[in-house]
Amino acid sequence: MKKEINIKVCMGTGGLAAGGKEVMETFEEVLKREGIQASVEKHCSVHKVGCRGFCARDVLVDVIIDGEKTTYQYIKPDMVERIVQEHIVQGSPVDDWTVKDDYHTFHSKQVKVVLADCGEVDPEDIDSYISRGGYEALKKVFSQMSPEKVINTIEASGLRGRGGAGFPTGFKWDFARKAQAEQKYIICNADEGDPGAFMDRSIIEGNPHSVIEGMIIGAYAIGASRGYVYIRAEYPLAVERLKLALSQARQRGFLGEDILGSGFGFDIKIKLGAGAFVCGEETALIASIEGKRGMPRPKPPFPAQKGLWGKPTVINNVETLANVPYIIRNGAEWFARYGTEKSKGTKVFALTGKVNNTGLIEVPMGISLREIIYDIGGGIEGGRKLKAVQTGGPSGGCIPAEYIDIPVDYESLAKMGSIVGSGGMVVMDETDCMVNIAKYFLEFTQAESCGKCVPCRIGTKRLLEILTRITDGRGRPGDIELLIELSEDVKAGSLCGLGQTAPNPVLSTIKYFREEYEAHIHDKRCPAGVCKNLLTYTILEEFCKGCTMCARVCPAGAIVGERKQPHRIVQEICIKCGACFETCKFKAIKKG
Amino acid sequence: MEAKLQRILENYQQTEGNIISILQDIEETFGYLPEEAINWFSKRLDIPPAKFFGVATFYAQFHLKPRGKNIITACCGTACHVKGSERLINSLIKELKIPAGEDTSEDREFTVERVNCVGACSIAPVVIINKEVHGKMTPDKLMKEIKKLK
Repeated sequence: MKKEINIKVCMGTGGLAAGGKEVMETFEEVLKREGIQASVEKHCSVHKVGCRGFCARDVLVDVIIDGEKTTYQYIKPDMVERIVQEHIVQGSPVDDWTVKDDYHTFHSKQVKVVLADCGEVDPEDIDSYISRGGYEALKKVFSQMSPEKVINTIEASGLRGRGGAGFPTGFKWDFARKAQAEQKYIICNADEGDPGAFMDRSIIEGNPHSVIEGMIIGAYAIGASRGYVYIRAEYPLAVERLKLALSQARQRGFLGEDILGSGFGFDIKIKLGAGAFVCGEETALIASIEGKRGMPRPKPPFPAQKGLWGKPTVINNVETLANVPYIIRNGAEWFARYGTEKSKGTKVFALTGKVNNTGLIEVPMGISLREIIYDIGGGIEGGRKLKAVQTGGPSGGCIPAEYIDIPVDYESLAKMGSIVGSGGMVVMDETDCMVNIAKYFLEFTQAESCGKCVPCRIGTKRLLEILTRITDGRGRPGDIELLIELSEDVKAGSLCGLGQTAPNPVLSTIKYFREEYEAHIHDKRCPAGVCKNLLTYTILEEFCKGCTMCARVCPAGAIVGERKQPHRIVQEICIKCGACFETCKFKAIKKG
Repeated sequence: MEAKLQRILENYQQTEGNIISILQDIEETFGYLPEEAINWFSKRLDIPPAKFFGVATFYAQFHLKPRGKNIITACCGTACHVKGSERLINSLIKELKIPAGEDTSEDREFTVERVNCVGACSIAPVVIINKEVHGKMTPDKLMKEIKKLK
């Protein structure tokens, strides 16, 4: 009997970094040598797929024999031979290397809409997307739906912008639809700048056609004939796959003049971002596409009225657009089944930091942080204690462990002083210092402030200076109040979203972790043991075996002592780098 | 140089480019933005050099000084930060003898850069060595990779 064998190798950025390409080549080589690839009884093909979310386990490989799927994790090229021999030739999977229960719990609580085809379709093959229902939504739109009906459907689904602010997508389209102009534009914002977030990159790398299809539908709805994808140059693989996808879509007549005989013409260009966080802001992004310094301008007029080159322009985030084909295909009610009353559908999060299972997840809006961290994320690394969850990147805040039962939706997170944001979710444990985290984000926003308006340019700088002196052990009484006052001013006075949200990390950490600020300022102590100037390293004589390892790694030569005798750290020379602390096998070095 | 600049100019005219796309092409061709190149375009297109430099200094992607043969980019995103990217950078600066306040070694063999986030947070901390992404980095692993380049 002829067998259909499919091998899928994860080749997102995570998969490639773990050696995905080598694994795939080895499979092809071994299969060719064994003569299995297209033999009479076994038809076997190897495919590359995009990110399936669980990058911490890469390289992930699916072996599908007549529809029965076995997933392997942590695969290296030298493991391929055994998989081919035992599984593909003899038919018994290599149980030692297959995924276990925790892999299934990672997936079982998730609901995949946007990511449904990521990791299933070959991102470099348009037919692979079409075979799973791709471009059906576009055909449906052209054959059965007026632009108004498309907008009504999106409005009814309750889809809100997934880039951060959560503005209802249907309304945005409606504004642009009603604006009178000969030329209109639709822009896909793929300038995913939040540190700690990679949803958009993974979607484009895993399923670029879903974004393109969403854009064409959006263009039809508002009446745009030109589109741009503004994408970060830091995402080379995503850019490459998008370029390929665009040319394939053009060949098939999904882009260009008179798409599918509908009389509607539309095409998309790629614009590479040049590395400025503020360009995620709509008006700054428009300035950047026009070739100027990416500085925001006051709104109104909103881009939907006056945008790119002064023409009505809709700017949607990657994930928002990737939702569109699925909503059109399955209906607004289907989408609105998921989520809460005001936050419909699902949201993709980049779950990272100190959880066991890091990766890309898609969950229904309204799920609790607890379910995300403990069920999907598999709990905290090393069995340590959860301290806080940072959401929304530099515009968001830290939610402390005692509130992890709140639902994750736009309103609830805003009430906590944070935001859903684009979907970064960084889990922190007891070894993370909250003052240091606030300082980290202010370093970022201060450097990325475009400098146009005073509250943001100077306010973030002053905030950073105060935070720096606190973490250096030079904090003064009254600094906390000063931080709060200044933060409120920056929020109120800044021109764009960057400045208006930049103080959120400071305010939320003061709100929930004030005692940690006080310990830094009054006791000159960093409870988490992170802030260098407030630390001392000492060797505990009773544990020190005199192995000399610490003395050898010390870059400053600050550790003295005879072999096999307890060593000592000369505090005046110590630069507090922590190298000794990490090297010591006997836990003889104390930090504090 | 002239011929290379001419090619960039043609590309600009064919693709309805703008200042950013010109600068991106120059950066791609030369590895940085030579002053002569900008002046050349300034004359051809009758745009003051200040416009070019204004844009060039706004975006992190552009460099006004030549860079090293090997480019090592350390990701400083949130996930990498909490997993110790700062330590990786310090070890790089020390190992490659990068002068204080600079990012390139004196022999122009190595440039050490920071990037806000490369979006590979689940394999943090991440270091990109000559465009190749390396995840779950430790100072030891990093030094082994550096030795291969020396």
